[in-house]
Amino acid sequence: MANISIIVVKRILNAAALILAVVILNFLLIHIAPGDIVDTIAGEMGGISPELIAEIRADYGLDKPLYEQLGLYVLRILQGDLGHSFFYDTPVVTLIWDALPQTLLLVITALSLALVIGTIFGVIAARRPNGAFSHLITVLALVGFSAPVFWTGIMFLIAFASFFPLFPPAGMAAPDLQPGSLDYYLDVLHHMVLPVLTLALIYLAFYSRLSRASMLDVLGSDYVRTARAKGLSERVVVYKHALRNALIPIVTIAGLQFAQVLSGAVLVEAVFTWPGLGTLALEAILRRDGPTILGILFFSSVVVVIFNLLTDLTYNLIDPRIRLGSKE
Amino acid sequence: MSEQHSSPNQAASAAFEAEIQMPSIEHPLREAARMFARNKAAVGGLILLIGILLLTLVVPFFYTVDPFDLVWAPLSPPGTENVPFGTDYLGRDILAGIVHGGRATLAVGGAAAILAVIIGLSVGSLAGYYGGWVDEVLMRITEFFQVLPTLLFAMVIVALFKPSVATVAFAIGVVSWTAVARLARSEFLRIRSLDYVKSARSIGSSNRRIIWLVILPNAMPPLMVQATLAVGGAILFEAGLSFLGLADPNVMSWGFMIGSSRDYLMDAWWTVTIPGIFIFLTVLAVSLIGDGLNDATNPKLRER
Repeated sequence: MANISIIVVKRILNAAALILAVVILNFLLIHIAPGDIVDTIAGEMGGISPELIAEIRADYGLDKPLYEQLGLYVLRILQGDLGHSFFYDTPVVTLIWDALPQTLLLVITALSLALVIGTIFGVIAARRPNGAFSHLITVLALVGFSAPVFWTGIMFLIAFASFFPLFPPAGMAAPDLQPGSLDYYLDVLHHMVLPVLTLALIYLAFYSRLSRASMLDVLGSDYVRTARAKGLSERVVVYKHALRNALIPIVTIAGLQFAQVLSGAVLVEAVFTWPGLGTLALEAILRRDGPTILGILFFSSVVVVIFNLLTDLTYNLIDPRIRLGSKE
Repeated sequence: MSEQHSSPNQAASAAFEAEIQMPSIEHPLREAARMFARNKAAVGGLILLIGILLLTLVVPFFYTVDPFDLVWAPLSPPGTENVPFGTDYLGRDILAGIVHGGRATLAVGGAAAILAVIIGLSVGSLAGYYGGWVDEVLMRITEFFQVLPTLLFAMVIVALFKPSVATVAFAIGVVSWTAVARLARSEFLRIRSLDYVKSARSIGSSNRRIIWLVILPNAMPPLMVQATLAVGGAILFEAGLSFLGLADPNVMSWGFMIGSSRDYLMDAWWTVTIPGIFIFLTVLAVSLIGDGLNDATNPKLRER
């Protein structure tokens, strides 16, 4: 445990290396693309003047050797400059910053909901591994995994926004409401229900299955048998002794899954035209707005790296059995 | 491959049986097949998959309506004369889209899964077998690919190049091999230290021979399960990309049908619901088969 700080530093360096790799990938993607980015921009913008082309070219440093361009690119990113969106005519960082809260609201709500309910379902199922509820969870997980997430969203839309118009079909709040008022937040809540439900459903299935397996695993271990032998009540054994340890893999996997949750969010946002990063990314792709889409790819990868790092460190802190730095 | 290894055993055991009434030793593949056949859900999945394959590979020869042709009044509901599944906003026959669009969905899903398995297996087996710096480097690369949000990365690849069936399959394959790599690595790590690998090495087998003929056949069962999961994942992925409008617009696919009818879903539920049901059923069939294979080949689950 004396070398814990060394290992923390090591993990942070590893994360930094990953981020650098993402930067290089982004840079390579710009260069691998057939035709250079200036042609794409020029083509998209229609009649573009040669001066502007030269300006963009200089902006990207496309006349310099490749390694020098990479150096410039890294420097710019270090300064927090992810480029300029040609479609929105705004710095990419601003665009991302404006879209981020909406995505986080959606993702974090859905993920917490799925985590809490999924764990509860899993624990209930694990207490009777061959009971009806347990089988129901297995079936639900299978359905949750097999249905395309955007299709589930569309089914919700058809059912609860069209046939029974209980919820608004799109957007995040009525345009005439001012942010800050109570009505506004209530309206956001109203708009959130369907997208959150859609996104939560896949992960609900996943966590129910995971926590069922994790719980079964723990319930079969020696210390649980000891706790039972001591005559502790079933409730204390299950919730105090077993659940605590069963939670470790669940929380870890939840943290490591952040990259996939972001992918799901892109699709859900597209279905419900939720004004977040996913909608921004889709818009950028359809408009061939290179700097914006690469900026989003870079930013979300960094978010994932940081999430993984935090999960990794917490994991090491909460579970003393894990020897830091040891291989799987 | 495993047949080669165990058939002499079987011949020997058959000879013994005749002599001294030993309990018969079943060939592992036959045993797995028997376990699989006893699993109702898995057999159901297999039947479902066969049905879907027949629908997408054979029925097109009999139902020859072009899925891009405008055949009837736009947005006709299902049950309308001549168009049992209705039409989309342009008046294209949805049944024709289902029948002819399945091929692209399955082809992209299958090709992407094969690519993912090839990359994942190569990376994972080399990392697990050689260990040391090879493992270190390959696992760093794997970690890097795990960090990229898969859908965004695939969207970027498809957008940078022309959206064609091949690009989409390539993009999906490139973003989804990491799970296979991790599994292959852990299997190779585990098996490499077993006695039969040591004895293969001690009689002078080359690394290539050990990897291909000794370890791989024994690592096959879990990898096959992972491969079926990859097929299901790739089909979902293809559907998602098509839904976002990033598929080849000249090739009919189930995801494309959903994507192109997105703006009409409030007025014409059938345009998006029906193709979605087929995607769902296909992935469900593949997942059921995967679960069944897992139960049939994993001895720890036998007793359940």
